Order: sequence, then structure tokens, then C-alpha cells
Amino acid sequence: MNALGVCLANGVPAALDTVPCVDVAAWRQWIIETCKGSTGRIVALFADAHGDRVRLYAIIGMDLQHELWLAATEVCARALHYPSLTPDLPEAHWFERELYEESGVVPQGHPWLKPLRTDRPYPFYRVDGEGIHEVAVGPVHAGIIEPGHFRFQCHGEKIFHLEIQLGYQHRGVESLLLQAPPARRAILAESIAGDTVIGHMLAHAHVVEQLAGRAIPARAEGLRVIALELERLANHVGDLGMLSADIGFLTAANYFGRLRGEFLNLLMALTGNRYGRSFIRPGGVLLDLSRTEIAAFQKRLTRSAKEVQAVARLFFSATSVLDRLEQTGIVETTAAQALGLVGPAARASGLHRDVRHDYPTGDYRSSPFPLVRLTTGDVYARARIRGLEVQHALDFLQRRLKSLPQEKIFLACGAAQPSAIIVSLVEGWRGEIAHVAITDRGGAFTRYKIVDPSFHNWMGLQIAMRGGQISDFPLCNKSFNLSYAGHDL
Amino acid sequence: MVHLAILLISPPFFLGVIAKTKATFAGRKGPPLLQMYYDLFRLCRKGTVYSRSTSVVLRLAPGMVCATLLMAGLFLPLSWPAPIHFSGDLIFFAYVLAFGRFLLLLSALDVGSSFAGMGASREATFGALSELAFFMGLVTLAVITRSVSFSGIFLWGGTHPMVRPAIVLLFLSFFLILLTENARVPIDDPNTHLELTMIHEAMLLDVGGPDLGLMLYGAAIKLFLFMVITVSCVWPPTGGFGLPEIGGFFAKMIGMAVVIGVVESSNSRLRLSKVPQLLVANFVITTLALLATILGGT
Repeated sequence: MNALGVCLANGVPAALDTVPCVDVAAWRQWIIETCKGSTGRIVALFADAHGDRVRLYAIIGMDLQHELWLAATEVCARALHYPSLTPDLPEAHWFERELYEESGVVPQGHPWLKPLRTDRPYPFYRVDGEGIHEVAVGPVHAGIIEPGHFRFQCHGEKIFHLEIQLGYQHRGVESLLLQAPPARRAILAESIAGDTVIGHMLAHAHVVEQLAGRAIPARAEGLRVIALELERLANHVGDLGMLSADIGFLTAANYFGRLRGEFLNLLMALTGNRYGRSFIRPGGVLLDLSRTEIAAFQKRLTRSAKEVQAVARLFFSATSVLDRLEQTGIVETTAAQALGLVGPAARASGLHRDVRHDYPTGDYRSSPFPLVRLTTGDVYARARIRGLEVQHALDFLQRRLKSLPQEKIFLACGAAQPSAIIVSLVEGWRGEIAHVAITDRGGAFTRYKIVDPSFHNWMGLQIAMRGGQISDFPLCNKSFNLSYAGHDL
Repeated sequence: MVHLAILLISPPFFLGVIAKTKATFAGRKGPPLLQMYYDLFRLCRKGTVYSRSTSVVLRLAPGMVCATLLMAGLFLPLSWPAPIHFSGDLIFFAYVLAFGRFLLLLSALDVGSSFAGMGASREATFGALSELAFFMGLVTLAVITRSVSFSGIFLWGGTHPMVRPAIVLLFLSFFLILLTENARVPIDDPNTHLELTMIHEAMLLDVGGPDLGLMLYGAAIKLFLFMVITVSCVWPPTGGFGLPEIGGFFAKMIGMAVVIGVVESSNSRLRLSKVPQLLVANFVITTLALLATILGGT
């Protein structure tokens, strides 16, 4: 492309001194030009301070070309600011708020520089006028869900604006990861979001392994993607159940709920834990499946697959369900593009975005995964995408279980490559998980950046609700089902 | 006395029947049939907490709502003439119910929370529309039977009323009114925990302890009353008084509860903005029933 940035591959480290440090204006211009023409999008945008200088990194994903580009610039401590990207590039909105909060670098001209995670005084966006009322929900909710505050500006039942305030679960995961000894890092990575244990752990494992130059045995790779797809199955089926419960369609809600349990139990049969903890570790996996276990596994999977298909047919063919889901909470393709959505939410709005397809690693390279895409961008599309992905995941698992190579499952990793940067992307069930690590001269991490898919998508929920009915909010919220912990870090 | 006893004791039982039906459809065991009684008993032993922003209205409302519903129950014949009946008591019945709703709305507004306010606004809108159809239905019944008292209407005897098309329409209409007035699926969802989607439940969010017990008990009686009206349309009471009649009454009420459970299991909730359309359509059904009656030449 050009000399401003450097091209990376997913999960392949690059030496830090190959990353050119360009002028701020050129850096900004490059990001905007790359992303504006709908070819690129921001994967991560973060700062790394050393000495009196703060280096800003931007990682841009060129999905169609299957290329990741990295560009860096520097601002000095005496003038911690640069012209904001957000006015030209709405998808930078959330990233720049985070950047300002974490490093103190001011994106000048940012329209809403409100802290994302800390509770500093900053007003809520307000709409005034006759008959306008404000509804505040949370951070403590009626259901067993994570804490988040939702502020609606309404006129009667119609929503004019929704503002989402998060940060109640901020634990400082990124800095904890830097301080922790290697064995503890894995446990931390698994705790980033409790429902995406496999996804985040896999991204972290790729970082550590690739920095150490360790190739993973094929059997371990196979078992890893089986775990990842099982996690996707359990969560997608669970989401469909929650959607059914929200619209009062209890029959499907109960069956989907039970089937989610079936998939979690399968995950336990594989990993020894219903949420897949302590299974993947840098170097491979810790548990193997014997031949008889695989046969039993396949049998259970086939039975659950049949049941899921039957319930999905019931759910997606009931007219009262379709009537409720269609045309609710629409995110247009252009809006999804501008906001930089990822995962099923992006694919429901007509975008071609899937890490398994665009930046495949491991087993996804050899057995390609079909990319499913719908165009309506409503709750129905987000539900249907889940239904279709469940189907594909089931097929993929059956194929993969048949052809697991006989090999070791674990090889210890050596020391990490010094002065390097690595970007590791994994398509978790919620979308693109990005882990970026930078090492110093001794090979220790100096910066570890995590971008959960929810970080890209919360803005999508806000936009989906504009002009909608306030009574539709819970349904829309479930159709995105974003992580609070993953966002808050 | 028997009338009063049935009215006081039996309503929560039918909620249990509905819950059991829904559970069966969902492949679950479900709560015991008498769960509602346990709940009421548990709530009665609790204390209550009142927000500082509330007034005496919230304290009085639960008892008064319950009282209006019990009073309305005295005008409905179960299988024998009602304890109190006079010419025009159906108008009185409708207004007593409306008064109960008014008290409930006042208590919700008294709380001053945005959820309760939203619930009250929805209840008032949908209530107004369903009352329209309810009155129309009562007028049709009165025209068919040439009586303006429930005891007269439902104890007509003679030919089996199912032969009249107007009665089928009325049954449909009263059934929809039943679902609306009692916050059932597809209009409302009695099981939801999502404040933003609630109608009836949102108004009760700030009510607790014995007060909540009274409100829930009142809701059970209200459901009971509408079930009696709906079921009496297609299977009118015989007018006799004895054990077989009481047995027959319970049989048809349980049947009705099962029907409600089936409808709730096989439908999802309507989008809130579509509920008024359904209620207006219901008004049209009752009007049709009235026209069919008048033009059909009774």
C-alpha cells in the first residue's frame, strides 16, 4: 500500500523497528483515507507511553484484501493532543474516548469526550421540549445480568436518544496482565468475559505462542477450534432462548434453554469445565479425547443437532414471532459500516466480516468456514444469523471430529521474541476478539491491548434504538447481547 | 354464602391451572396448582416498605382495588342467580371495574417512578379501548336476551345459544378482553422481568408485602370474573343450585383456564404499538355481533 504503515498477518509478530513512526497529520490522514473508502476499518487504536513521548498505534483491517496494517505516530508529553478522527470517522468514537481516558492524549474536536469506564462527572446527553421525558434504567437490573446504565430520552413510547454508560466492571485487566506471571496470565485472559472464555484464551495463547515461535501440534489446533465452535453453539442457542423469553414465547425459550445446557455439557466433556476454563494454554491444550470419547461425543452432538433444528424451525416459522422480530431495531448497512460493527451484528446488517474467513488461522485455513450474511439489519436478522451459524458450527464440528490427527497435544513455549509487536484476532461467538501485545528488549510485555467485540458494537445498539419503541429495547439488547465485562476490562 | 365462598377462595386456583398448562407445553413440570395460595400466604406475613415520595393513596389502593373486584363479583351469576341483582346491574358492574382500574392507576402515579408511570399510561390507553368493546359486548348480550341484568342474561334457558353467530363473535371478543384486562400474552406478559415492556406489572413494582398480596389476589379475582363472563357466553349457567351445578361450574372454568394456557403457549407477545389495533379490531367484532343480532331479528 504505502510506506506509512506496515502490513501484518494475523498472529505473526513483527519487529518493532520495522514499524515506521510517521507525522501525526499524515497518520490521521492515512487512517481516514484507508477507512473511508469502505475498504478498511479500525481493529484497534491505542496509546503506549514511554518516557516523555506517547506513541499512538492504529491497526486497520482490510477485510477484502485479508491484510492487517499497522501505523504509528508520536505525540510528546508537552502537547498531548492531536486532531480527532471521530468527526471524519465515527467508528473511532469509542476508541478515542478510551485513548483519552487511558493515556490523557486529547483528541481535539471529539464531539463527546466522556470517560468510558471511570465515573468522572460528565452530563448525559439531554433532549428538551414539551412531553419529553427521561427514563433511567440500571446499573442494577431486574434480571441476572451485568451492570450498565441506560438513559433514554423519550417522547411517549418513542425513543429519541439512548445513551449507554458502562464501566461498572472495570478491573484493569490490561495492566494486571502486564504484572502477572505467565501462568496467571492465562487465568486472567479467561476472565476477560465469562461467556467468551475460549475465545479470549485462544487469542492470548496465539500471542504467547507466536512470540515464542512455537508451532502448535495439529491435534491441539483441532481440539481448540472444536472448543471455540462449541462455545459459539452454546451462546447462540442460549441467545435464541433469551429472545424467545423476551417476546413471551415460552415453549421455544425452555427448549433452547435446555439445549444450551446440552452444549455446555459437551464443552465440559471436552474441557472438564462447562465454560471451558483451564483447557487451552499457550503451547496446546491440557486434555485430550480418547477414541471412545469421540464416538460418544459425536452421538450426543447428533442428537442435540436434531433437537436444535426442530426448535429453530418452530421458532422461525411462528408468525407471531416473525411479526415481533422483523423491522425491530434496524441498523442499516451504511450505519453498521460507519460504526465499525463486528461479528453476527455486522453480518446481520449486510457486512462481510468474519475473522475465520478474512484472517484465518489454524484449522480455519484448511477447512474454510462459510460466511453467512443477511441484509435487513433488524432483530430478526440478528436472530436468524445465529440460527444459521449454529447449523454451520454443527456441520463443522462433525467434520472436524472425524479427522482429528493423532499427535501430541502440548509443547512448552520458550521465551518471547524481544522488541516485537503482534496482533492476534479470533472470531469469538460475539465477533472479532483482538489481542495486541508489545514486548520490550527482554521479551517482557510492555503493553497488552484487548479489544472485545462488544467494544465495537455498543454504539450499534444505541443507534438501533433511535426512533424505536422503548418497549422494544430489551428485545434489541438481547439481539446484540453484548458483554459488559469484556467492554469494561 | 356458597357464592361468596367460591368467589373468595377459588380465583388463585385457576392461575395455577394456567401455569400448569403452560409448563406442560414447555416440557416442564411447572409450579404446584396451589402455588398462588402459598405466595399470598407468604406475602401476608411480610412487612411493607413505602417510599418517602408516596402518599396515602398507595396505602389505601390495594384494599380498595380488591374491594371493588369482590363487589363486582357479587353481581355475576356462577350457576345460580347472583346474590345481588337489579335491572341495569351490568352498567354498575362495568363502572365498578373501571373505578378499580382508576384506583390502580392513581396508586401507580403516586409512586412517581418512570416505570410505574409508563405502565399506568399503557394501562389507561389499552383499558379505554378494551372498555369500549366490553360495553358493546354487554349491549349485544342485553339485546339478545332482552335483559339488562347479568342474572337475567346468563340464565335465559331455552335453545342452545351456540346456534347464534353473534354468540361466537361475542365469545371471541370477551376472550380478547379477558386477555387484555388481565395482562396475559399476547398483550402483556405476566412472567417478564423487563420493566420497559411491562404494562400491569410495572404498576406494582413499588408495592410489597401484604399490599402486593392484595394486588395479586385482586388480579386473580379479576381474571376469575372475566372467565365467568366469557365461559357463560358459550355455556350458560343452568340456574339450579346443588353439587352437580358447582361441579359443572368448576369443570367449565378449568376448561377455560386450559384454553388460556394453550393460547399463551402458542403465541408470542405482540409489539406494544400493535395492541391498540387488536383492541379496535375487537370493537369491530362486537359491533358485528350487535348488527348480526339486530338484523338477524331476534
